[in-house]
Amino acid sequence: MESNISIDVRNLTKKFGDFVAVDNIEIQVRKGEIFGILGPNGAGKTTTIRMLCGLLLPTKAEGKVNNFDIMKNPEDIKKSIGYVSQKFSLYEDLTSFENLSFYEGIYRVKEKNVKEWVIKTLELEEYKNKTAGKLPLGIRQRLALGCAIMHKPEILFLDEPTSGTDPVYRRSFWDIIYKFSSEKKTIVLTTHYLEEAEFCENIALIFNGKIILKGRPNQLKENYKKDNLEEIFIECIKDKE
Amino acid sequence: MRIKRVFAISKKEYLQIIRDPISLSLSFLMPAVLLFLFGYAISFDIKNIKTCVLDQERNSKSRNFISNFESSGYFKVISYLEREDEIDKFLDSGKTALGIWIPQNFSKNSEALIVIDGSDAGNASLILNYISDIFLADKENSSKINLKIRFWYNEDLKSRNFIIPGLIALIIAIISALLSSLTISREWERGTMEKLISTPLKPSEVIIGKIIPYFLIGIIDLVFSVLIACLLFKVPLKGNLFFLSLVSLIYLFGGLSYGILISTATKSQILSIQISIVSTYLPTLLLSGFIFAIENMPDIIQTITYLVPAKYFIFIVRNIFLKGSPVNYLLFQFILLVLFSLLFFALSIKKFKKEV
Repeated sequence: MESNISIDVRNLTKKFGDFVAVDNIEIQVRKGEIFGILGPNGAGKTTTIRMLCGLLLPTKAEGKVNNFDIMKNPEDIKKSIGYVSQKFSLYEDLTSFENLSFYEGIYRVKEKNVKEWVIKTLELEEYKNKTAGKLPLGIRQRLALGCAIMHKPEILFLDEPTSGTDPVYRRSFWDIIYKFSSEKKTIVLTTHYLEEAEFCENIALIFNGKIILKGRPNQLKENYKKDNLEEIFIECIKDKE
Repeated sequence: MRIKRVFAISKKEYLQIIRDPISLSLSFLMPAVLLFLFGYAISFDIKNIKTCVLDQERNSKSRNFISNFESSGYFKVISYLEREDEIDKFLDSGKTALGIWIPQNFSKNSEALIVIDGSDAGNASLILNYISDIFLADKENSSKINLKIRFWYNEDLKSRNFIIPGLIALIIAIISALLSSLTISREWERGTMEKLISTPLKPSEVIIGKIIPYFLIGIIDLVFSVLIACLLFKVPLKGNLFFLSLVSLIYLFGGLSYGILISTATKSQILSIQISIVSTYLPTLLLSGFIFAIENMPDIIQTITYLVPAKYFIFIVRNIFLKGSPVNYLLFQFILLVLFSLLFFALSIKKFKKEV
């Protein structure tokens, strides 16, 4: 069932000179799935997600993202995805509303009242006219998320969306993610908070550019006979070291 | 290309400019400072050149000779000397730049010695010019030949008339390359470019969107510079104002494209500023004929000047201002200017990478 697959990529490899950042990995994500890419810092998570978004051309890869060839049509991929980068990537000297208007123009959103919808869904009303650079971290990340969903993308890529935020924010963030996912949208995110793996429907653990573990959290716990994913991860990483 | 995207970029850029005091002052304060600095402070005309005189003849002919110098307005006799070695002292110490020695028998054999301080070659050659002017004028009186000297195009030989039109080129070159080279590297530095290139935005849309607001700033600067040149510095504007505007807009567009081209090659703001200053300000100042005559340069340097678009622009602007040359005399330079601008624009679009 082709239409049920959001991402199907094999042999995904990225070399920077002699350094192999991502080494022959394989990723399949079904439509509407929440897919978590986990791993310690420097494992290759960001490079992987950038390649899937069309931001970085892979050294080698086969397969499709949203039915577009990952090597040949990165610009087509960009039309149907939303991306939130690790660093804050909005204009700090513009207000929240101006940032949203900017991306409304960039994505050529035809629907009316999309900004209002985003502001309501992400509860940004009271921050609408505040300069983005002066917002608290959690709100900024919500705004960045807002700018990435203006055009209702099929796949949403989030690179470390919760890093540096407090547990209360993380809870409300995941509520939003579930809401988005319930509309049959695919979500791919990276995180180094291992406990967040529990919230994903499917995960891949990356270490030194390779996937060393993948599957559904419940399935993995059964297979390894452990009730904590963290222990499984640490065991896997220790084996590799 | 989608107008909606271009418009979104331009609007965002506009909001950023008006909220950033540095961008604003670079855009509007710098041209004013440059105009006043160059217009008032730099002048190649010298007046009241300090002169000392040793007159050993002391008759009407020698006094007449000296008064020729003084009445020209260029020279001012500050000291009458008694002995020959005093001339050395006055020139050595820099008290005077010129010494006139009229020996006895001047009335008979018409021989006098004029000593010029040659340590400033530029001034010395000017002084020499002034002196020969004086003598030609004197000859006219004595021999009753109706000889007149006229300088064409810049009748008063005011160096300001020569500098200000060139200065307009310098201002546009700096403003356009500097401002536009910052706009893309700033986005890389702040991380906003990563998000921007994750969208289906095309290179041409980013570049045109970013050029538009700076183009408008450039037009304001241009109008301001031309007005100051004509009204305050009274530079004559003899030629076609429409052609002047057209050429200026093309030059401005080329400068902006060049700045964008720089910023596609570097992701750092500091480096962008350095490259744009070194590659626009210096060649425009030194190799465009703005101050130094290209004809006097060594052949190899002369060849290099063909690669400096400011050379063509300054040539056209001076000709429009001072000569009022018809458009068809300036066509060659005009076409080259158009080609340079298009080349920079095309390269900037080609070099703009939508990759991290």
